[in-house]
Amino acid sequence: MWEQLAASLTDGLLLGFVYGLAAMGLTLIWGVMSVINLAHGPVIALGMFGTYLCFTHLGLNPYLAVVLVAVLGLPLGFFIYGVAVHRVINAPHLSSLLATFAVNMIIIGVGTAVFSTSPQNIDFSMGTLEAGPLTVPGTRLVAAFGAVLFTAGLYLFLYFSRPGKAIRAVANNRRAAELMGIPSSLVLALSFGLGTMIAAAAGGLIATFFPFTILSGGTYELKSFVICVLGGLGHPLGALLGGLILGGLEGLVPTFMPVSWVPVVEFGLFVLVLLVKPSGLMGAK
Amino acid sequence: MQAWRRLGFWLPVAVMFVWGLLVLVMHHDTVRETAFTLFMFIALASSLNILLGYTGYVSFGHIVFFGLGGYFGFYLLSQHNWPLLPSALAGGVISALIAGLLGMAILRLRGAYFALATIGINEAARAFADNFSPFGGATGMFIQFSAYEPYGGPGPALWASFIYLWIITLAVILVSYLVKHSRFGLGLLAIREDEDAAMVMGVKAPRAKTIAFMLSAVGPGMIGTLYFFKNGNVEPGDAFQLHMSIEMLVMVMLGGMGTVLGPLLGAVTYVGLRGYLLTTPIFQNLHLAVAGLILLLIILFVPAGAVGWVRSRVPWLRRALE
Repeated sequence: MWEQLAASLTDGLLLGFVYGLAAMGLTLIWGVMSVINLAHGPVIALGMFGTYLCFTHLGLNPYLAVVLVAVLGLPLGFFIYGVAVHRVINAPHLSSLLATFAVNMIIIGVGTAVFSTSPQNIDFSMGTLEAGPLTVPGTRLVAAFGAVLFTAGLYLFLYFSRPGKAIRAVANNRRAAELMGIPSSLVLALSFGLGTMIAAAAGGLIATFFPFTILSGGTYELKSFVICVLGGLGHPLGALLGGLILGGLEGLVPTFMPVSWVPVVEFGLFVLVLLVKPSGLMGAK
Repeated sequence: MQAWRRLGFWLPVAVMFVWGLLVLVMHHDTVRETAFTLFMFIALASSLNILLGYTGYVSFGHIVFFGLGGYFGFYLLSQHNWPLLPSALAGGVISALIAGLLGMAILRLRGAYFALATIGINEAARAFADNFSPFGGATGMFIQFSAYEPYGGPGPALWASFIYLWIITLAVILVSYLVKHSRFGLGLLAIREDEDAAMVMGVKAPRAKTIAFMLSAVGPGMIGTLYFFKNGNVEPGDAFQLHMSIEMLVMVMLGGMGTVLGPLLGAVTYVGLRGYLLTTPIFQNLHLAVAGLILLLIILFVPAGAVGWVRSRVPWLRRALE
C-alpha cells in the first residue's frame, strides 16, 4: 500500500513539474496583460508536433528539439500577439477571450488538416531509474529537470535582465511604465512571445513520454487553468507549486477512488479555490 | 410596455412563427431536420445572449445547462416514463435551479475569472455524468422504442418534438425581447457597462445577475431534453461539448450581442456557413480554421456584429432591428 502510494506520488510530482511549466506560459501572459490566452492548448500541441517532427524527420535528439521548438515559439508568440491580441488589448475581456479562441480554432483546424487526429508518439527511451520500491522512467526525470531549468531561466530573465524588469514594470502598472519610457507594446509582445515559448517547450517535454494528437493541447490547457488558479493567476513561480499540487493529486486520487473521478476532484478544487480565494493559494493581494 | 406596437418586436417573432408554420405545412422530414437544428441553435444563442449580450458576462460553458437539463429530462423520460412535455419542462426547471445555485456562487467572480469558472464547471459536470450511475455512467441512457407509442410511432414523435421546440424558441425570443425592454433589463445593461456604477445607482447586481443566469439556463435545459429525445440516447460526450458552447458564442458575436435579432441571424448564418464549408471539398478539412478566421475578423473589425453594425450605420433601420 505505502510503496504503491509512494510510487504513484513520485510519478505525479514529476509530471507536476511539467504541468507547472505549461501553466507558467498562461499565467505569465495573464499577469502582464490580463488576457487569458485560449490559444494556449494548441500552442502546447504545436510544441509536441514540432518536437516530433524534429525527432522523426531530422533525427535530432528530442531534448535538443525541445530547445529548438522553444526558440521558434518566441516569434510565433510575437505573431499571434500582433495579429490577434494587440487590437483588443484594451477592449473588454470578452474580446481578447474570443480573439485568442479564434486563434485556437485556426491552429486546431489547420493542424487537423495537416497532421490528422491520429495519435503520435516519440519513440525514445532514457532507461529507468530504480531506487528501492520506486521505478522512474528516465524521460520523466529529464522532463521534470528540464521544466525546472526553464523555470530558473525565466526567473533569472524576469528579475535580472532589463527586458525582464520592463515586463515586470508593465505587469505592475502599464501607464506608469509607459511614462518611464518603456515601450509597452513591445514589452507586451515580448511577454506573449515568452508565454508561447514556454508553452511550446512544455508541450515538447510532454511529448517525450506521452502519446499525443493535435487535440491533446486542450487537456493541458484545462490543467493549466486549474494550476494557474491554484498558484495564483499572474504568478509564474506559483504555477510551479500549482503544478506540483495537481500532479500530486493525480498521483494520489487513483489509489483511493476510480481513475475517472480525477477530473471531478480537479475541477471541483478549481471552482472551490476560485470562489474562496481567487487570488490563488500563494496570492497575497 | 407597448411591445406589440413595435416593429422590432414583430420582426423576429413573425419570422420564427411563419418559418415554423411553413415547415409544418410542407411536412417534409429533411426540412424538419434542418429547421430543428436551426431552431435549436437560435434558441441556444438567444438564451446565451441574455447573459452575454445584456449582462456582459462570458460563459464558456453554457452548454452545461443543455447537458444537465437534457440529462435530467431524459432520465425522467426513459427511467420513469414521463411524457415528453413535462420532462422537458422539468429539464428546464432543474437547469434554472442549478443556474441559480451556481450563480449565487460564481457570479461573484468578474470578467475572466467568471469565464474560467464556467469552463471548470462544464468539465466537472461532464466528469460527474461520466461517473454517476443513475444517469448510466459513461454509456449514458437510451429510450425504449415503446416510448414513442403515445405519439403514434417514431415519425409523429419527431414532429411532436419539433413543435415543442418551435414553441420554446418563440418563447425564448419573446423573453429575450421583454427582458431587454424592461426595467430589469436596463439594470442588466447598466451592469454590462459598469457594474460598480450600476450598484451605486441602485441596481441590485447580485440578484439581477443570478436571475439573468437562470433565465439563460431555462431554454437550454428544455431544448436538451427535446434534442436527446429526438436522438433516442444521451451520453456524456454528446451532452457537454465545449465546442458547442463556443459555437453559441460565435453565433451571438456574428449576429450582434445585446440585440434580439442578432442571435437569430447569427445562428442561421453560422449553421449555413458551417454546412457550406463541410460540404465544399477545399474547405472540408479546414472548416474549423475558416470559422476561426471569420470569428477573428469579426472581433477585430466588427465587434458589434451584423445587427449592431447595421444599426450604427443606418439609423432609420434602428426601429426595426432591435
